[in-house]
Amino acid sequence: MSAPHKLELVCPAGTPAAFRAAIDAGAHAIYCGFNDETNARNFPGLNFSRAELAESIKYAHRRGAKVLIAINTFPRAGALTLWRNAVDDASRLGADAVILADIGLLDYASGAHPSLRLHLSVQAAAANADAIAFYARSFGVRRVVLPRVLTVQEIAAINRAIEVETEVFIFGGLCVMAEGRCSLSSYATGKSPNMNGACSPASHVEYREEGGELVSRLGGFAINSVGAGEAAPYPTLCKGCFEAGDYRGHVFEDPSSLDAASLIPQLAEAGVTALKIEGRQRSRAYTEAVVRSFRKALDAHAAGRPIPAGELRGLTEGQQTTSGAYRKTWR
Amino acid sequence: MVFEGDAIMSLKPSSFALTVGPLLFNWSADEFSDFYARIADEAPVDRVTIGEIVCSKRTPFYADRIPAAIERLQRGGKQVVLSSLAMVTLEREKRGARELFDQDLLEVEINDLTLMNWVKPEMAFSIGPLVNVYNEATLAYLARQGARRFCLPPELPFASVEVLAAAAAASGAEIELWAYGRIPLAISGRCTHARVHGLSKDSCQFVCAKDADGLAVRTLDGANFLAVNGVQTLSHISGALIGDLDRLARAGVTSLRLSPHTGDFIGVTRAFAEVASGALSAKEGLARLRQSAPEAAFSNGFLFGDCGAAALHER
Amino acid sequence: MENARLIPRFPAAGAAALRFAPLTPLSMAGARLVKNLGLRHPSLFARLGDLAEKTFLIDPTDLPFVFRLEPQPDAPRLEAFRRDDAGRWDARIAGPLAALLGMVHGVYDGDALFFSRDMLIEGDTEAVLALRNAIDNEEIDLAAEAAALFGPLEFLASGPARRLAALIGGLSGVALTRAERERPA
Repeated sequence: MSAPHKLELVCPAGTPAAFRAAIDAGAHAIYCGFNDETNARNFPGLNFSRAELAESIKYAHRRGAKVLIAINTFPRAGALTLWRNAVDDASRLGADAVILADIGLLDYASGAHPSLRLHLSVQAAAANADAIAFYARSFGVRRVVLPRVLTVQEIAAINRAIEVETEVFIFGGLCVMAEGRCSLSSYATGKSPNMNGACSPASHVEYREEGGELVSRLGGFAINSVGAGEAAPYPTLCKGCFEAGDYRGHVFEDPSSLDAASLIPQLAEAGVTALKIEGRQRSRAYTEAVVRSFRKALDAHAAGRPIPAGELRGLTEGQQTTSGAYRKTWR
Repeated sequence: MVFEGDAIMSLKPSSFALTVGPLLFNWSADEFSDFYARIADEAPVDRVTIGEIVCSKRTPFYADRIPAAIERLQRGGKQVVLSSLAMVTLEREKRGARELFDQDLLEVEINDLTLMNWVKPEMAFSIGPLVNVYNEATLAYLARQGARRFCLPPELPFASVEVLAAAAAASGAEIELWAYGRIPLAISGRCTHARVHGLSKDSCQFVCAKDADGLAVRTLDGANFLAVNGVQTLSHISGALIGDLDRLARAGVTSLRLSPHTGDFIGVTRAFAEVASGALSAKEGLARLRQSAPEAAFSNGFLFGDCGAAALHER
Repeated sequence: MENARLIPRFPAAGAAALRFAPLTPLSMAGARLVKNLGLRHPSLFARLGDLAEKTFLIDPTDLPFVFRLEPQPDAPRLEAFRRDDAGRWDARIAGPLAALLGMVHGVYDGDALFFSRDMLIEGDTEAVLALRNAIDNEEIDLAAEAAALFGPLEFLASGPARRLAALIGGLSGVALTRAERERPA
């Protein structure tokens, strides 16, 4: 094969401090969102005011990094203005792209801001070449963040069949369900990623010590119970412990995180343009450590050196990692 | 949204069309044929959506029964709609989805936006409940491409339904709601049914066939919570909007989806038809549902409650 | 970033020595510290929003006392109590002092501390999350805050604070000041 092509490292920022930490640690691009329900990490104390975003974009641009604004929830019926304003403001503040999921909002952005670069959010769950072709043809989408349901081989096949760029997740929290197509959270809490930008929202989470066990509840449903020595799980519904037939345990997914660092060469071969780190809700310490580690890995890959072994396990959910759907055995 | 005065208040909700949604579960070929024969002959419904929506691996078992089922449904006076797969990833799934448009006699229900790459305005198609139509702009866009009917995502609150129904009316499209049956909550690349049996999706041994209404998922303290159906996750509760038809009619909803289950499903369709026509009260209708499905727990929580799992909000 | 598994514990002998220390000077220092923090970091309160009305119990599990934090923008309060006298709270954040300080200083990631069970949260999870996120964004350096308030010598001269600082300083790996990032050339 030819020399490895240069991959773009797309990094999360939940606060201006994390934003600067990610840039300083070597991010090529940052994705972040406004502090309201327009973005899919609408968590308390997180995200950016207009002024903070304006300043952050300047910080990034001075250092040659790009800023991608996630406006990737599905606008509420009758309240389109909030989402359209977010697109307008992202464009006005000099964002390098907006990351959208909703067809109506894509239609608006492509009409109102023809020169604004559009990325398709993973929340749109475009999982094959024809779905991607629809978004590219209809709205001029330039990059697609692929859902975490595909194998490396499937990603390669998609890249051969499409003309736009692809971005894939490389590290962080892992949805076991197709993103943007999951109502588990609103079933238990009334708040959903699609509508409110929060999965298993903290406002409905409760931890309690019960008989020597740490029990977590979501919307009143017990979703996990762990003994004293065990790692605590994220209080995310799909990573909970349940009973189904004779099975008792993690019915949907183990409390593990995605770490596909070892697959960087294969993903590059598969024609991927950018690698994405999940975790806008994590601290600046996490952002700094993960970004630095992956920038090192990408530099090694670009120079034809082997990828350094994973060193980030301590930062992950359940402190276990998986390469997820990228390997077929996960299914 | 607006309630346009008493004239509309007094309108009987008899204008609802009833749609039988696609069978979500892995029933045997004989059960499949028997079910659609009875729907064709006995169910007072207007429309039947047929075809695999959950897992393409199930299709070969009953594919040869579909033509006869369609014929019988049409003889029974039902409009037949072809359902597409919820998540198209494999080549053969793509071919299968694309072939749905190789005919022009039957409407196609789109459950994955992949199919939007192939539609042309003259084609007859509708949008299923697994497509993210959350607002009037998205609805209007898809209607401009030719979508005639929208079965809305079940997690939408009533306030959104009101706005979307008005938008649909302006676009000349119809609005359908998930009115009966366990509610689809998620779809995955991984098969949960196989996983709980210690198998992978590729060697699943079709264990999902063991659970004709889904495999119950309980919390560790024994509360009923969810149901697993192969790669799909459903609610434990069964959606039941039979007590809400008057306000749905006022909002402009024109069609109700009844999702197939075991038990007396024909009885379920009759209960809805009779409440819709005014022959039964909402209360009597609910009692009939309880007789038809004694095991089910009913809810209208997504529309009217604090969350999808909320207990039925009766008025 | 530091490995959460290696969090130092406050030595039991030191904790025992502090058991009978008067808490009033600590509370007074805390009150002034948090008030000053509010003046120097107004966006901290903006990020908390309505959740600033909550009462947080900050519980360094290796020390014989706890802190009650009420971060209301108008009158923020931080007071020290014996563990049994802490009274009502909305949210409790418990862990070794080094973990709590390390989190404030950006040395440890809050989620990682939580996964590893080095930190425990109870009560209003949303409030804890908001506080964590708001503090994380401020890049707070408590030593600098204290210095801005009292001058370093004055702070260290107060009785229990001096003993505390000396004990903490004797522990390796405790983040007494903010972690500094390497900036790219």
